[in-house]
Amino acid sequence: MALLQISEPGESAAPHQHRLAVGIDLGTTNSLVATVRSGVTVVLNDEQGHPLLPSVVRYFPDGRVDVGYPAQRRQSEDPRNTIVSVKRLMGRGLKDLEGTGRLPYRFVDAPGMVQLDTSAGVKSPVEVSADILRTLRMRAEASLGGELVGAVITVPAYFDDAQRQATKDAARLAGLNVLRLLNEPTAAAIAYGLDNGSEGTYAVFDLGGGTFDISILKLSKGVFEVLATNGDSALGGDDFDQRVFCWTLEKAHVAPPNDRDTRLLLTKARDAKEALTTHPDINVNAALSSGESVNLVLDVETFADITRTLVSKTLVPTRKALRDAGLTVADIKGVVMVGGATRMPQIQRAVGEFFKQEPLNNLDPDKVVALGAAMQANVLAGNRAEGDWLLLDVIPLSLGVETMGALVEKIIPRNSTIPVARAQEFTTYKDGQTAMAIHVVQGERELVADCRSLARFELRGIAPMVAGSARIRVTFQVDADGLLSVTAREASQGVEAHVVVKPSYGLADSDITRMLEESFSNASSDMQARALREQQVEGRQILEAVSNALRGDGDLVGEEERAAIEKAMDRLQQLLEGSDHRAIKEAIEALNHATEPLAARRMDRSVTQALRGQKLSEIES
Amino acid sequence: MTAPFSMQRSMNPEFSQNYFELFGLPAAYAIDTSRLDVAYRDVQSQVHPDRFANAPEAERRRSMQWATFANEAYQTLKSPLSRARYLVKLNGVDTEEETNTAMPPDFLMRQMEWREAVVGAKQTRDADALENVARELAGERKVLLSELARCLDVAKDYHGAAGAVRKMRFLEKLEEEISGTLELLED
Repeated sequence: MALLQISEPGESAAPHQHRLAVGIDLGTTNSLVATVRSGVTVVLNDEQGHPLLPSVVRYFPDGRVDVGYPAQRRQSEDPRNTIVSVKRLMGRGLKDLEGTGRLPYRFVDAPGMVQLDTSAGVKSPVEVSADILRTLRMRAEASLGGELVGAVITVPAYFDDAQRQATKDAARLAGLNVLRLLNEPTAAAIAYGLDNGSEGTYAVFDLGGGTFDISILKLSKGVFEVLATNGDSALGGDDFDQRVFCWTLEKAHVAPPNDRDTRLLLTKARDAKEALTTHPDINVNAALSSGESVNLVLDVETFADITRTLVSKTLVPTRKALRDAGLTVADIKGVVMVGGATRMPQIQRAVGEFFKQEPLNNLDPDKVVALGAAMQANVLAGNRAEGDWLLLDVIPLSLGVETMGALVEKIIPRNSTIPVARAQEFTTYKDGQTAMAIHVVQGERELVADCRSLARFELRGIAPMVAGSARIRVTFQVDADGLLSVTAREASQGVEAHVVVKPSYGLADSDITRMLEESFSNASSDMQARALREQQVEGRQILEAVSNALRGDGDLVGEEERAAIEKAMDRLQQLLEGSDHRAIKEAIEALNHATEPLAARRMDRSVTQALRGQKLSEIES
Repeated sequence: MTAPFSMQRSMNPEFSQNYFELFGLPAAYAIDTSRLDVAYRDVQSQVHPDRFANAPEAERRRSMQWATFANEAYQTLKSPLSRARYLVKLNGVDTEEETNTAMPPDFLMRQMEWREAVVGAKQTRDADALENVARELAGERKVLLSELARCLDVAKDYHGAAGAVRKMRFLEKLEEEISGTLELLED
């Protein structure tokens, strides 16, 4: 394919070189990393042979960090500094966490996202997630014997923009090049669909540790098309643990527990929940630090009873997703079960009854998301020239802006196929108004207060004129990661004010850079060397790509433009000899900027040719 | 201080092809939807950002613009109402959906009846009554769709088509209100 030739600058140098790429399932309870090795998709185990990495991070006063099993084993000992289920905190403020049950942390309310006060200092959920991701990156690099080209990180389909941005920031902080944020049910559908050669309309029911997604997909040869998605980004196995925890306190008549006992009883609750998948009843025993003891028996019927409302909470989004897809239960060929929490018998039963068919359990619900992500990472890294599939995903929640009366004007409706962009024009309310406040929100409700606030910004410098005569065009662009950027422009008088906003919940680029640099300086010169090497590789790749472009499509550049490009190339070439990775990065950006119009024209030419070729072959056949 | 001013606009003014040209389809109301589906997938296979995940930033951005354009084109042509609206516009006629609220008297009468039925059903939280109105609207929609086909493909009466589009727009808004209410009743 002509297009792939443009985008693969490394091709001429080493056409068959396998580029190391991984898929990472960053889960509430457990995380995994997988890759495609010699054509086979595998989960990468740790040195002890464990496939799962418990998503638990413990911070010590001396700055040491434990991630995974060591942290999990001691979580009851040091609950305040041992962070579990951090995914539930991503992109969330303190207010959002009301009603999630007792959590043994010292929260710090921060603008945008809550933070945690630990013995190693204040940590944002992004940093905690980055510690998990860094562990997986190191596992992958050790196991594959080289540096990664990039990673696909999965997120719940129902994650909003703030949660997605936080996840991407965490990955960057962990030193990963994010090839794509991929929705978890979509990743599962790739793994399931490719393994089983499935065609038709499927539902993916994904109940994880802290999030619930339902996606309806159409699978046909080489295409995975998400028709609709819905869910609840604060519903998962954890909530079932909380119900058992509350039941335990009530039945055992013990005093309100301290942090340590809370963690202990939550762990016991989780063990009981898991045991009830295969046993009719289970003993819940615990010795509390108060000297009291808990000795109870929980049976399957009681467990189903105390969690009934949670089960029915999964069916409301399921109904909505079906309706949005314009389908009924009869149209669904199969229901793929994903996430450890779908092992619970009451979930299996409820799903079976709702869809009037036995759910599909012929894959490991813990691993399937990571496997699908690895398959997609392999494609995105450019390791497959033939037989690529096309993935068409959607945005889960509508995007809009605040208008008069604190109402929401929707600009991009939920379930729009991404990437998607929409523009809307607004005007001034008063004579002589020179500024306008724009408030970007996400959600389905009519009132601003009921939606998530993503960003606020002011557009200033509007020339004073009569009310209603200014033309302010606000453009929403959602990229293939499901991430939003907003641009506003006043253009009625030829005067342009231009603002690009990143949602306030994410870290600013400068924050990420600072944190990365801190970690560089803390670690060793290794990291510096690595950063330099990365920039050098990228610099050489882009130089080669641009040379090829100038040779192949030289007719598309004017003299002045060519001179500017060549100047940027020379500068980059010079800097590549040195060791300043920041300067190289800047030179790469400058060259990218200089070649942007050329890249656009080349792509337009190549797409037009490819499409014409296709139409011709259709006529011939 | 903001207030909605106008309808949503097309995003990519720099793309010179119209949506029918992009997919190699004749510019008509009656289209072969399976050909549209195939053509859309062909275009996305060429331009989708997943094909450029490793490319320099400039190409990644252009790929996103192309894929965005293809999605917009596909969504516009897939739905009969938006396809009709687009054809009317291509032929230089404004559908005046925001400004022209005048309706023929008989449609106006039915408009009022439907509205009252929806308001009543909302107050009494009567899902069955809402679904009854939805069924009636679906019937009316069918009539309007054949009207659109006649205006656009046979009579080439773009002003007549614009009138039908305005009626359809009303139906669509009311349908959205009904499904929104049904959703709230379920929660």
